[in-house]
Parts: sequence; C-alpha cells; structure tokens
Amino acid sequence: MTATTVTAPAPGAGTASKQPAAGGAGAGRLRTILAPVLLGVVALLLWQLAVVVFDIKPFIVPAPLSIGGEFGTNIATVVAGAVVTGGNALVGLVIGGIVGIVFAILAALVRVVDELSVAIVAALAVIPIVALAPVLYTMFGAGAETARQLVAAIAVFIPVYINTLRGLRQVRPVHRDLLHVYAASAWQMTRTVTVPGALPFIFTGLRIASSLAVISALIAEYFGGPVGGLGKSITSAASSSNYNLAWAYVLGAILVGLVFYCVTLAIEMFATRHYRPTS
Amino acid sequence: MSEAPAASATQPVTATDVAAAVQVTGVDKVFVGKKKATVTALENIDLTVAPGEFVSLIGPSGCGKSTLLRLIADLDTPSTGSVTVFGKTARQARIDQEYGIAFQQAGLLPWRTVTGNIELPLELHKVGSAARKARSAELLALVGLSDFAESYPDQLSGGMQQRVAIARALAESPRLLLMDEPFGALDEMTRERMQTELVKITAETGAAVVFVTHSIPEAVYLSNRVVVMSPRPGRIRDILTVSLGSAAERNEQLRENEAFFENVSKVRELLHGEAPVGVRGVETR
Repeated sequence: MTATTVTAPAPGAGTASKQPAAGGAGAGRLRTILAPVLLGVVALLLWQLAVVVFDIKPFIVPAPLSIGGEFGTNIATVVAGAVVTGGNALVGLVIGGIVGIVFAILAALVRVVDELSVAIVAALAVIPIVALAPVLYTMFGAGAETARQLVAAIAVFIPVYINTLRGLRQVRPVHRDLLHVYAASAWQMTRTVTVPGALPFIFTGLRIASSLAVISALIAEYFGGPVGGLGKSITSAASSSNYNLAWAYVLGAILVGLVFYCVTLAIEMFATRHYRPTS
Repeated sequence: MSEAPAASATQPVTATDVAAAVQVTGVDKVFVGKKKATVTALENIDLTVAPGEFVSLIGPSGCGKSTLLRLIADLDTPSTGSVTVFGKTARQARIDQEYGIAFQQAGLLPWRTVTGNIELPLELHKVGSAARKARSAELLALVGLSDFAESYPDQLSGGMQQRVAIARALAESPRLLLMDEPFGALDEMTRERMQTELVKITAETGAAVVFVTHSIPEAVYLSNRVVVMSPRPGRIRDILTVSLGSAAERNEQLRENEAFFENVSKVRELLHGEAPVGVRGVETR
C-alpha cells in the first residue's frame, strides 16, 4: 500500500506514505475491535438474565454481576495472586523461550542435535507436563516456586522450539545464494539471515507459549506448593463453598492470560513490522 | 570464516591469457534428476568476456542462460569444462569477491534498512564501520536513493528495491558484475530508466557485465555483444557484436536510432533461427 506513494523520489515521501495507510486501517481496526466487544457484552447480559430468570444457584453458575462484585471487593488479593502466578509464568516463559530458541538454532546448525532431539521433543510434547508437578515439588521442596516455574518452562519450550526450527528452515533461496556468493561462514549466515528471517516464527511460538505458560503455572498450583497464587486461591475458595470468590479468581487468571497474550502479540507486531514480503 | 576473502592475494597472471574477466571453456552442465533422468542444461559453451565489456545472454526460457551465469558465480559447478574469472577458478574468484551479483528478485533483507542492506557484504568482510558508512553514502548517491538511506525495503517500490540491490552488488567495487534478469519484474517505463542508469553506472565504474535477459531491446541497448542461446540443450547459437558506441555515448535517443532497430531485428532473426521455414525443434535433432 506504500508503493504507490513512494515512486517519486521526493524527500520525506517515505514517512508521508505511512499516513494514508494508518488512516485507512483506523476505521477497519475500530470495527474489528468493536464487534467482539459487543458480542461479549451481549453474552454477559444473556448470562445475567439466564441466572436471574431460571434462578440458577451460585455453585452451578454465579451471575456475572456477583462475580464482578466479588472481584471488586477482593481486588487486592486477586492482584497479589496474579503477581505470584504471573511471575511464575513469566520466569517459565523467559527460561523456556531462551532454551527453545537456542536449542532450535543448534538443531538447525548441527544435524546430529536435530536428529537426537526429534525423539526427545516428541516425548516432551506427549507428556502431560502438569503431571510432573507433584514429582517436581518433592524434588525442589514444597515451599519454593521452582517446580511451577519449571512446569511452565517445559510447556513453553515445545512450541517455541518447534516454531523456531521451522522458521530457521524457511530461508529464501535468493538469500542463500547471496550469502554463498559473499563466502559467508555458517555462523554469519545464521546471524545475518537465518535467525532474523525466522523471527516471525519465533514470535508466533512465543505468543502460543505465553498462554501455555500461564495455564501451566496456574494448574501446577493445584498439586501443592506454597499458597498465594491464583490457582491455590481458586481451589481454596471453591472448597470453602465461596463460589463467587472462586469465580473472581478465575476472572483474574483469565486477565493474566490476556495480558500475556496481548503483550507478546504487541512485541511480535513491533518486531516484525517490516516483514511484509518484498519482491 | 574458512572462506574469508584474501584481499591481498596476488593472483598469478598467466602471460598467455591477459586475465579475461570471464573465460568459459568447453562447458557442459547436466542435471541429474530423480530416477537418474538427466537434463542437459548447457552443451559445449565457449565464451570470453573482456574486462570492461558488457555482454548479454539472451534466449528463450530454459536455454540455460541463468545456469551459465550461476556457473560463473560458482553457485553451481560445470559437469565438464572450466570457468575462470580474472584468471582464477570460479570458486577462488567467489572467495576473493571478484564479482558483484544481482538477481531477478532484489533479495533485500526486509529487517535491514537500505543502508544496512548495502553494507551487508562489507560487514561480512569485516570492513570498518566508518568506511562502510562512507561507501554506502557514495553508492546511494550513485543510484539516486540518498533520501531513502534509513527506509526499509517494504517502503520502496520494486524499481527502487532493484536499485538498492545494484548498489549492494557494487559495494566492493567489483571489476565484474553478474546480473540475472535484474529488471525482469519491473514495468516497461521503470525498466528503461533503470537500463539508462545501468549504462551510466557501468561507464563510471568500468566494470565488465554479464547480463541475462529475455528482452531483445534491453540486450541491444545495454551490450557490446549479445550472446544468443538456443534451448534443450542450451547452446550458444551466435554472438552478435553491437556497434552502438561506448557506454558513455549511449542515452535515451539511442532507442529511436536506426542502427538500434537494425541490431534488434538481427538479434530477433538469430533467436528465431536462420531458416524461417524450419518450425521449432528442427535445428539440431
């Protein structure tokens, strides 16, 4: 969409060309945001209506308004829980992400690593990772968050590794030829073409992994470890029949997941803003 | 790292051959496909390109002109025969960065600015950042893109991207430029402007050029010699010397020139084969 405005090599045309694009996308973006928001509001209204009209008991489904009320009054503990769970997820995301990317680069460079890791990664992908949590708690002690962070890290590793490796194999032939012509070493090739070219794939992996990290960190809390996180709070509120509060913590968990997703999405869009395929 | 260019390597210039820019001798190229089916892409190719000479390779699709260029660039190796560039083997010439190359796709790295793209070869060959900056500024001025130094490729038109690619090919001041249909994806008007610019650039740099194209006017307008090739197997059918003056004398008026049209029709006749009655496929079977 910028090509038409840039053909005349006038100074400043490069920056001027961005404006119509941004303006044109503005109305469309508003509509894409507005439609799902509207749908959500309608769904909430129907939910509230159903609970009131059919007199549904809170242990089955509480009304959105009472969940909201409980969320408001307990906002401090919800935030504290979100910080604990979110913190674990973040540590897991960073560790799992780095290990996944480094491992994928190694696998792309050294065939042996690739062949050896195929079976391991396949096995990892099949294990219900959260099931490791009780074992890890006994390994690292039930008083530490380490087990939860590890569970999140393992859950993150798999999609990041798989996506990165796929991205690293997508080098365009023209770029490969070019670097061959420049007599570039394997490492120069990796640094200047392969890894930057794989960035969109790496970020897709991280975006998928970000939700997995939150889910894993949260579920891992169900199996033990210190109190304070959202997962523990959900189970304890539910077991003391405080259903509205349990749902308020669930809402908190949803919000943490959303924040993770949106932040990774924003980083992805920023980092790959120039990646639209060129001629 | 193993293939770092030995810039100071003084090649032994053999007395017999005053290091032609490109010397292709008795080259065949056979591709072996699946189930051992072989395709002869090139057969018995002999070609010499003098330093500073502009030579176009022209022919229909599948005549092996791109393959020939890739052999010169050491992106592929000949099945038989030899290719030398400035008296060195194609491989050594590549390692020593004796040539610059541009493809049909500009092949810019989308995550680098225009400057970053032009500096790529310099960066890979450990040129200092001050020297890189000076060189890229010079090249941007040469291709008329000084105002777009910090733009990204996706903000440029196709013609501008191709100009960046040419600047990148010229980055290390090569004495030989290899170009594989660099203007093939451009519209006619941009194409003619780029041709005029290329003529100007080669006049300024004095580099020899091997230029693959399937446009007859383009080949005639640009070249000192036009190599006409025929397909399956790829052979050189004839070589036409175009006498339209030196690069410095060529300009837009040339396109209206009588001599220009004469050369265009000569190339066309050669492309379609001497015998007008012979329908396609008759010539060599």
